[in-house]
Amino acid sequence: MRFITDLKRAEGLGSARAGTHHHWKMMISSAALVVLVPLFVFTFGCALGRSHADVLAYFARPFPAIVTALTLVAVTLHCKSEADEAIIDYVHGVKAKLALVAMTVLAWTLIAAGLFALVRLAL
Amino acid sequence: MAEVKRVERPLSPFMIGPYYRPQMTSISSILVRITGIATLGTVFLVVAWLLAAATSERAFECVNWLLTSVIGDIVMTLAAWAVWYHVLGRLRHLIWDLGYSVNIPFNEAMGKVMFIGATVLTLITVLVV
Repeated sequence: MRFITDLKRAEGLGSARAGTHHHWKMMISSAALVVLVPLFVFTFGCALGRSHADVLAYFARPFPAIVTALTLVAVTLHCKSEADEAIIDYVHGVKAKLALVAMTVLAWTLIAAGLFALVRLAL
Repeated sequence: MAEVKRVERPLSPFMIGPYYRPQMTSISSILVRITGIATLGTVFLVVAWLLAAATSERAFECVNWLLTSVIGDIVMTLAAWAVWYHVLGRLRHLIWDLGYSVNIPFNEAMGKVMFIGATVLTLITVLVV
């Protein structure tokens, strides 16, 4: 038996708990990506389909390399939050926790692999 | 014959189909989520391409061929549409979050803008790239 009222337990937590932080992160990353994504789409589009030597030279330049790196990190974390939200909405219990872990692993693996590739291409 | 008693059941926009009419507001919002999650798949393809380019010429030729084949072109075009749609959808969220236009007429119009805008931007992308 709990010797504490429901009100006492809820006090100070805020109705949304970490929701405001999540919302703020999404807002900031959305604003950043509205600028980054168009830059990336056309930078990447210009490289896709070229020869290997051309691609190596292309990503050795600072602008394509930096735009790609920034967009990769920002997009992956933003879409991870998006997917986390969907998991929290539709999956519950242990399954939800496993799905959230899997999503974290996937997102950071993509970021690490992408950045490694970019560093190798750029240097 | 006994009178049929109508029961008002609660309806949810998630019961799309015979029970809940698809609306511009719900469909455009659900698609924002779907395109957002689908973009993780696009990130995977881009990372695979970059990693192949960093590994060796043979690996690069394999992945590059895959992404520039007919199927690759279709997938990348759909991916571009999803990304553009999601950008416009998030722009709508930003407008809401700044406190403007939280009303149905604006959002039905914006839903149309998102569909048409994403298609136009995809066409521009295909033409430029």
